[in-house]
Amino acid sequence: MAKIVGCDVGGTFTDLIYLDEATGSARIAKVPTTVANQSEGVLAALDKAQVDIAALDSLVHGTTATTNALLERKLAKTGLITTAGFRDILELGRRTRPSAYGLTGSFTPLIPRNLRLEVPERMDVDGNVVIALDEAAVKRAAETLVAEGCESLLIHFLHSYTDPTHEKRAKEIALSVWPNAYVTAGHEILSEFREYERGVTAAVNAAVQPILERYLARLTKGLSQRGYTKDLLVMQGNGGTVSAEAISKLAVNTVMSGPASGVMAAARTGSVSGRENLITFDMGGTSCDVGLIKDGTPQVSSELEIEYAMPVHVPMVDVHTIGAGGGSIARIDAGGLLQVGPESAGAQPGPICYGRGGTQPTITDANLVLGRLNPARLLAVEGAPDITAIQARIGEVIGDPLGLSWEDAAAAILRIANDRMAGAVRMVSLSRGHDPRDFSLFAFGGAGPLHAGAIARELGVPTLLIPARPGITNALGCAVADLRHDFVNTINKPMASVDMGSVRDIFEAQITEGRARLDRDGGGTGEVRVIHRADMQFIGQSHLLSVPIADPAISREDLQAAFEAVYWARFEVSLPEIKANLVNLNTAVIGIRQQVDLRLLLDPVSPEMHPESRPVWFEEGGWTKTPILQRSTLTPGTQLTGPAIVEQMDTTTVLAPGMRVEVDEIGNMIVHVGPGGLAA
Amino acid sequence: MTTEIDPITLGVIQNGLQQVCNEMDLAFCRAAFSPVIAEAMDRSDGIYAAEDGALIAQGDLGLPVFVGTMQYGTQAVIQRVSDPQPDDVIICNDPYLGGTHLMDVRFYRPFFYQGELFCWLANTGHWPDTGGMVPGGFSARATEVEQEGLRIPPVKLFKQGVLDPEILAIIQSNIRIADQRIGDIQAQAAALKIGDKRLTALLDRYGRDTVAQAIAELRARAERLMRATIADVPDGVYTGEAFVDSDGVVDEPLKIAMQITVKGDEMTFDMAGSSPPCRGPMNSVIATTRSSIYLAIKHIFPDVPLNAGTYAPLKIIDPKGTFLYAEYPRPVSGCAAEVSQRIAEAVFAALTKAIPDQLFAAPAGSSGNFALGGYDPDKQRSYVMYVISGGGYGGHAGGDGLTNGCSTIGISKSQPIEVLEQYYPVLFERYALAEGSGGAGQHRGGFGINYRVRVRRGEARASMVMDHGRTGPQGALNGSEGGANTVRFDFKDGSTHTPLHLSKEQDITVRPGDVIDVCTPGGGGYGNPARRDPKMVQDDIRKGYYSPEEVARLFPVTVTE
Repeated sequence: MAKIVGCDVGGTFTDLIYLDEATGSARIAKVPTTVANQSEGVLAALDKAQVDIAALDSLVHGTTATTNALLERKLAKTGLITTAGFRDILELGRRTRPSAYGLTGSFTPLIPRNLRLEVPERMDVDGNVVIALDEAAVKRAAETLVAEGCESLLIHFLHSYTDPTHEKRAKEIALSVWPNAYVTAGHEILSEFREYERGVTAAVNAAVQPILERYLARLTKGLSQRGYTKDLLVMQGNGGTVSAEAISKLAVNTVMSGPASGVMAAARTGSVSGRENLITFDMGGTSCDVGLIKDGTPQVSSELEIEYAMPVHVPMVDVHTIGAGGGSIARIDAGGLLQVGPESAGAQPGPICYGRGGTQPTITDANLVLGRLNPARLLAVEGAPDITAIQARIGEVIGDPLGLSWEDAAAAILRIANDRMAGAVRMVSLSRGHDPRDFSLFAFGGAGPLHAGAIARELGVPTLLIPARPGITNALGCAVADLRHDFVNTINKPMASVDMGSVRDIFEAQITEGRARLDRDGGGTGEVRVIHRADMQFIGQSHLLSVPIADPAISREDLQAAFEAVYWARFEVSLPEIKANLVNLNTAVIGIRQQVDLRLLLDPVSPEMHPESRPVWFEEGGWTKTPILQRSTLTPGTQLTGPAIVEQMDTTTVLAPGMRVEVDEIGNMIVHVGPGGLAA
Repeated sequence: MTTEIDPITLGVIQNGLQQVCNEMDLAFCRAAFSPVIAEAMDRSDGIYAAEDGALIAQGDLGLPVFVGTMQYGTQAVIQRVSDPQPDDVIICNDPYLGGTHLMDVRFYRPFFYQGELFCWLANTGHWPDTGGMVPGGFSARATEVEQEGLRIPPVKLFKQGVLDPEILAIIQSNIRIADQRIGDIQAQAAALKIGDKRLTALLDRYGRDTVAQAIAELRARAERLMRATIADVPDGVYTGEAFVDSDGVVDEPLKIAMQITVKGDEMTFDMAGSSPPCRGPMNSVIATTRSSIYLAIKHIFPDVPLNAGTYAPLKIIDPKGTFLYAEYPRPVSGCAAEVSQRIAEAVFAALTKAIPDQLFAAPAGSSGNFALGGYDPDKQRSYVMYVISGGGYGGHAGGDGLTNGCSTIGISKSQPIEVLEQYYPVLFERYALAEGSGGAGQHRGGFGINYRVRVRRGEARASMVMDHGRTGPQGALNGSEGGANTVRFDFKDGSTHTPLHLSKEQDITVRPGDVIDVCTPGGGGYGNPARRDPKMVQDDIRKGYYSPEEVARLFPVTVTE
């Protein structure tokens, strides 16, 4: 019977969940994130939840340390040693421009030009040596970079995905004159062609490695001082965890781990609840993240771009982010149309209702004046907000220019915001060949359950799933995630000339390496799941489709057929005239961790409270006297019908008229949204 | 029609139309075979009015030069195709019927709602080849359009959903690498079909009349916004010039004389005084000339939404009798890629005099088209390799120009070297920033690139259509011009060759060991170089962007050493 902690450090709050299967109890804690040193917040959360650290079986941690360092460019000073003639690849990229219109954008490379040094060496596309590696030049370059004060080193040579001999040798030489734990060779991070994408991915790894390692060292020290003896596990962007020791070599894998943990919690909750097809909808203060889970498996992509011209091509849970959150600002644009977001009031000054000097109406303000949020229970607010003043401000800024009352203006803000978020849901479903009507919408984050019902009705999604603890879903994701290692090898040959025996050999080598890494994580003894995929295309194309493969010993005919089926599902095109190309073989090796009993998340049953009610504005019918329920009173088996507002510590769920709710045995609210009453 | 449409529904429908276009863009690009479509995103998808082809909405990721052309193309189809049926797809690549050059092939799908024609869905995609005297279609020496490739009038390629095998056979018999074109044809048609589905859903949701009303209202609002924006530009007559190096046949520069009259809330563009029609392929059809002006304005005012209303206050006087109003059979292959960018540069140069704070010095403004066609004896196959390149952008009030930005009219990604070397028997010796190419200024231009590519196996022929070889992109407000485009052949025997027309050349034979060396233009500088922050000058030296000698010459006052 395990004692497990999942802890997620977000932008604003550090969330922690403690599950003790022996006593059948769960405790949660939410403390402010300590930006300068996130480990203080983690330790504070452990204290607040009164966790006996010495008795813990495992502690899984999701961190934004690397993502923040990257986005704020607070990176370790990194030097580059690269093929002569190509030091500018990281600056030139495959440059387009930051936006389609306007010619005034800018771009700053991850490593400045004076720290990018060249050495004579060159492999060709088949791995033949065109120019031998100049070992003395490598030594001089390494010495120069040390003298420049670099902390981290990247070695990135052309075609190293084909033959890494030069990169390996250069690394040895560099280490001989510069003993350093922070040396990244490009092929170690990504064995895939495309010099800019591989180079940037590896540069990200080199530049965040010291930062992540220092952070984890501080945290590990703090934990062991309190008696923690087990491995610290760290969440990765692919939705799996890995030991803190292993992750410091593959620091780039922790980029975007925050959104991944939420999706993993959704997958686990959904499968226990019998819903394996989910669209995840996580709405917080500044943005919303939308992901897709098909047959219990979160969709993973290796082609994500973190920001303009920053591709990070390691497998990451495929989450589509748009700038719509509680703090998103509503305004009238130059054309006289209402726009909501992507500009956000953030935490400072925040929405008007925070009382910290914000004057621009936000989504949170609109929810408040329409009765959806309880003014007495706003998390971030000191003292009661002045509702009348907010109504007046919305009327003045939004209502007057549009000729609307303040109520209609506030409703319009919600409608425009919901429409944008519905667009994000369309992008991850319809435009990738999935029909949203075949999915349930899994809503979490502080604001997700406020908006999910309206979005589901807009798109015809039949049901919502609101988990028992929507506000700590990311922390739960850490607690339930499995160990995971991903591998990619490039083949890039026409199907007809691929040696299917070597396909099987590559898959098996990937499995062997994955199992070895699981052993090092201390997780190789339990059940291991393996997922294979192939990246394929028709000969002549450049974009790839990811094809699931059940058997590593798949035949040529079956692989061809699987590709054609995926192609048809996406484009409704079949091209019997054209042959296929096999580009990459991917394997995920997953060490299944002990499954946590999610019933632990149920609150102890609260006594029946006096039924409260307040007027709430709905698109369907305007102001309506609406019962206000406490989530802790909704025990498994409870049924109810909207309109209703369900309040709990960290979120509020809006149930529009006609929505039917049943609470399942792990405390999820299953909401049948029914047809909307809205007609345009 | 009901009463006035509420602004909220209007906003929702605006988003909805945009999303239909974006989905078409995405599907077309992901399913395409042509690397020019898939990687360089040389394509565009949009929605056009049933009665006159006026632009209703266009994808955010469409190639900018198509923003203005596709409505003229749709217009031509409406005039010539009398009986559009559901699931028909009409193909056309005639430059003189609202197009660009022959390689830009347009598909048009009539959109029917409840049995009635509601609007047109259309897309353009750049095919790698449409026949003609050189692979790829960019002949620098063509003197009539027939030499440039197969010209297809508006005909129904799909008749009520069925691909016409006879038309397909004619096309495939006249183009190179024909076997892969079936893939692009299917991708291009599939994108329109996806658009049809999504647009039907939008009309189902909001009703035909409401959407029609929203389209009209959005057009009126875009026009109001464009007029309000122009009203903020001081009234006056502003002139700007730009020069195309040559037409590829006659070695003389072609002049674009742009006179912009700003009066109240309208702008009038007069190009009288530009060079007469040219013999070589640098003529521009009127649809492309107009589109170049529209996209230049959109670059200056990126927040103005795009639909037919946006264009209403922009009055363009037909530049008849100049090379900017090409008529059959003038060759036009260079108009979309190069002349269009010079037209935009002339607009920028003129308006710099009116609103310098919102403008920028000239960007590189070339697509850098380079083609190498040959036979690879090891792989026993013929090949055609295309390389497109970026260059520096101009400095601007807010800072230095971007290095290696894509062409003014494109949003193209260049191909990775590791991909080019996989497919073609070449070896890149260098792919680097062209040091010293950024135009000096208080805010300097961005840098162009310098690449050297060596032939490894077999004989090949090299051709290129670039520009800005004679002079670099112009500076603004006393900034200097950026570095010019250079091309040099370094033959294995030690001899070298520089093209007579500097930036344009055709069919130079190269053999194993020969190297082609290209420098793309740097952006123009903005503001007096003497006013550049000395710390930034030192930083530029430290990073090797300029040598100390170049700095002494280009930034004379700031150097204190």
